[in-house]
Amino acid sequence: MNRSSVKADRTATFLCWIVAFAVTGTFFWILWDLLGHGFKGISWSFLTTQPRDAGRSGGISSVLVSTSLILGVCLGVAIPTGVGTAAFLSEWIPRKSRVGRWIRRSLDLLAAVPSIVFGLFGAVFFGEVLGFGFSILSGGLTLALMVLPILIRATEAGFRSASEELRLGGAALGLRRATILRHLLLPAASHGIVVGLVLGVGRALAETAALIFTSGYVTRMPSSLLDSGRSISVHIYDLAMNVPGGEANAYATAVVLILLLILINSLASWATQTWLGGRSLP
Amino acid sequence: MSASPRETLDSPQKLQDACISTEGLSVSYAKSYALRDLHLEIPRGSITALVGPSGCGKSSFLKTLNRLTDLITGCRVTGSVRLDGEDIYQSGFDVLSLRRRVGMIFQKPNPFPLSIRRNLTLPLEEHGTQDSAALAAKTEAALRDVGLWDEVKDRLDSSAMILSGGQQQRLCIARALALGPEVVLLDEPCSALDPLSSAVVEDLIASLRESYTVIIVTHNLSQARRIADQTALFWLENGAGTLIETAPTEQFFSQPQHRLTKEYVSGARG
Ligand SMILES: Nc1ncnc2c1ncn2[C@@H]1O[C@H](COP(=O)(O)OP(=O)(O)O)[C@@H](O)[C@H]1O
Ligand SMILES: [Mg+2]
Repeated sequence: MNRSSVKADRTATFLCWIVAFAVTGTFFWILWDLLGHGFKGISWSFLTTQPRDAGRSGGISSVLVSTSLILGVCLGVAIPTGVGTAAFLSEWIPRKSRVGRWIRRSLDLLAAVPSIVFGLFGAVFFGEVLGFGFSILSGGLTLALMVLPILIRATEAGFRSASEELRLGGAALGLRRATILRHLLLPAASHGIVVGLVLGVGRALAETAALIFTSGYVTRMPSSLLDSGRSISVHIYDLAMNVPGGEANAYATAVVLILLLILINSLASWATQTWLGGRSLP
Repeated sequence: MSASPRETLDSPQKLQDACISTEGLSVSYAKSYALRDLHLEIPRGSITALVGPSGCGKSSFLKTLNRLTDLITGCRVTGSVRLDGEDIYQSGFDVLSLRRRVGMIFQKPNPFPLSIRRNLTLPLEEHGTQDSAALAAKTEAALRDVGLWDEVKDRLDSSAMILSGGQQQRLCIARALALGPEVVLLDEPCSALDPLSSAVVEDLIASLRESYTVIIVTHNLSQARRIADQTALFWLENGAGTLIETAPTEQFFSQPQHRLTKEYVSGARG
């Protein structure tokens, strides 16, 4: 290597470090700010009592319950549909078939649609046409639609990265396609599924616009999936924007949201290691 | 193996008992032929070696025998392949049970990334063995058949991926044998292995004679000479693989009839 290319190399390395520092630095700054303002507000009773006085006082128990229910509906619908569609795209139809291209293109389009559009669609379709009204069910289904494109694309990439060797080896033993898919390809695709899930859940938990129109912002404890319920990001948004004196609880709730995201992230990788990949990893 | 198998092969009524026979078999990918107009009879209970330079359609030929060609987009098979007299390409033929009856071992050992035990039980369950005692018995028998039992019996639940290459290849053979096949196809099964493992696997293949009909593709002529009852030379002619000469192994090497066989055997070509 000559001297000028060594110099260029050093400069590039230096720039990469700067960018990396800026990105992680910003993240830690936000975290620091959140923790500084919000951590003292978190207590057991904050998590287990219902909001009072529009959320200024009291806790967030009903918000946590609504959030989990919305997330449950979302994942309960999105995971089977997503994995099924990904398997169809990668294993059942030829890679370059017209159907496949058409589905992939619509998924990419869907992934780029702003969440408020999903919210309006969900409010009309789930809320009015199907008659679910402002409810956790409407919200969860709307979120499922939002999460599906990411989940399908990541899972499909996971299936495709599974080697041809597994397919041929399985077929040579007379295994049915469904068996090869379930026992050989699914574990191999589990990494893609986790990536898709983590991205999807992140998007779902952070969502406000789509949920205000569908699951609503009632802070009552929901008693069924057809009740309206306020999700955690909607709660933060409402406290910060519409409730004077709600900042302290907004901060505390934001800390809970961050902790939740970290928890889900670790849970997801632990779960795939144990259930899907565990037997398959050396 | 002590009784010379070549004698049995030479006796005429044995030759008539073809396990597999192909007529006018051709394979093409997209536009070009990989194999053209192949007529070949594989005697039951013998070892047949397929030799010839790369690209002359030997692997393609093996894949027609268990219809793995079905999985390759753009691959077309014409002509007929008969297994025990039955055309395996007739419509409605049970391909999954065909693949149980005709096992296949690949060049690169391809155990599933599952436990050693699961590598055997997954295909067994698929083909109808559900009872756990039967599964355990079949697993043990198959591992004993390939001489792997003592090496792995204490770690059946560890991943198959931690085995050595030779052990993995024997596991793959065990996995195929556990299903009780009639025919075992081996596509250069030793060429990814070190010499010692290769010798172990070769002995194992030789021991399959008479219990199974074995077809092995090999680039190792001395291996073909050591284990095969009959040897067939494939060659690329006019852009497609064809069969040049088939003969009992001893005759194939000592009195080759075709000019190409003479040159190939003497190392002048190929
Ligand atoms: N999946 C495939 N798609 C397209 N062409 C193939 C495929 N497999 C093999 N071929 C072609 O068929 C010919 C024969 O290949 P192969 O059967 O692998 O020969 P061999 O095993 O004797 O080396 C080669 O020209 C090869 O390029
Ligand atoms: Mg080959």
